[in-house]
Amino acid sequence: MGLYSFFVENIDYYITGVKYTLLLSVVAVVLGFILGAVFALMRLSSIKVLSWIAAVYIEFLRGTPLLVQLLIIHYGLSIYGINFPPLVSGSIALFINSSAYLAEVFRAGIQGVDRGQMEAARSLGMTKGMATRHIILPQAIKAVLPAIGNEFIVIIKESSIVSIIGVMEIMYNAEVLRGSLFEPMKPLLIAAIIYFIMTFSLSKLLGVFERKLKTSD
Amino acid sequence: MISVKGLHKSYGSLNILKGIDLEIEKGEVVVVIGPSGSGKSTFLRCLNLLEHPTKGEIKFEGESITDPKHNINATRQKMGMVFQQFNLFPHKTVLDNITLAPIQVKKQSKSEAEAIAMDLLRTVGLEDKKDAYPAMLSGGQKQRIAIARALAMQPHVMLFDEPTSALDPEMVGEVLDVMKKLAKEGMTMVIVTHEMGFAREVGSRILFMDGGVIVEQGTPEQLFGAPQHPRTQDFLSKVL
Repeated sequence: MGLYSFFVENIDYYITGVKYTLLLSVVAVVLGFILGAVFALMRLSSIKVLSWIAAVYIEFLRGTPLLVQLLIIHYGLSIYGINFPPLVSGSIALFINSSAYLAEVFRAGIQGVDRGQMEAARSLGMTKGMATRHIILPQAIKAVLPAIGNEFIVIIKESSIVSIIGVMEIMYNAEVLRGSLFEPMKPLLIAAIIYFIMTFSLSKLLGVFERKLKTSD
Repeated sequence: MISVKGLHKSYGSLNILKGIDLEIEKGEVVVVIGPSGSGKSTFLRCLNLLEHPTKGEIKFEGESITDPKHNINATRQKMGMVFQQFNLFPHKTVLDNITLAPIQVKKQSKSEAEAIAMDLLRTVGLEDKKDAYPAMLSGGQKQRIAIARALAMQPHVMLFDEPTSALDPEMVGEVLDVMKKLAKEGMTMVIVTHEMGFAREVGSRILFMDGGVIVEQGTPEQLFGAPQHPRTQDFLSKVL
């Protein structure tokens, strides 16, 4: 049986898998983006406690494996009576993990905006908050867009790890097919192709978006 | 209008300003000259607290702005500032650059802010650039937009921090012309500049700063015609 006919025959598994992978990635991207921006602003805050909390959060999440974080959330927390369904545990692990990486990306972007921009905004009577929102963040996000896009692609790939707690995304279904049909190669090869199509189209899409944003340069 | 008493500014052990006392009246055009590193720009930036003085008091329209309880954002609305590097907002059009603060800070309506902005663009001769982004403008045009942006807040005083130092020589004139127009209309101005001809023509008072203090001050005729202090004489002999 060829690769293609194997794929067509088991397409339901892959469709389910793609749905879950997309759901996980979108949740992780959106919540990770928001939380990442919040932690970046906290990290740069002049209020020491906020900056310290953000530093601990970022360093801990970047310095420990996603797999460990996932298992702590899904299995570890059960000793405190916290039992999430697999999809929820998987989403939480992915979005807090990516929020830590995105926080560092945002921080670099914010610090990369010329100092004169904040001064000009403040000299017009804007508060620090107004200046951050209207002047600093739009420029920072634009500058780090390629890095954010890169992080989104990483999330799609990393989401395969949550198959281990039984979330029915692409990798989980590939493993089901591999185990039940005694096909060592085909299910994995198809999974790899699907991941590649997803990440490659996303990176092309981001390229178009980036060029559009360049109109003011 | 502005009253400065015993102003000091230091960074660590480096003393930039070593005691400045000054009164600026409404309608005055005060031009600050002096060698690089004399503290001119730092002094100007202290006036709207972009730099926080280490010691001393600054009063603006009778209110002490160096008082920690003072709301500096309210005062900055009345003090326009123009920077050497323009600092236009690159992600906003010319019109948005000018209307952003009036809309956000003064809560003007969009149409009201845009009407004022168009008036100002006509004043600086750039009404056809309203939809352009800063990157599409020349240095001289950028600085004229930056002046319009500051004026849109209807400030009581304008601070200029070496407004022509980053410009190609052929663009200096267009910016100075706008400033001359402002001075004629009676705007109170404090200008840090290296343009001696302009200082002489437009200034109502010239301050010569060196080593973090005001060494000498007077009318343009006094300061340029008959400088009293040896350091002023030395500086002017080099730049004129």
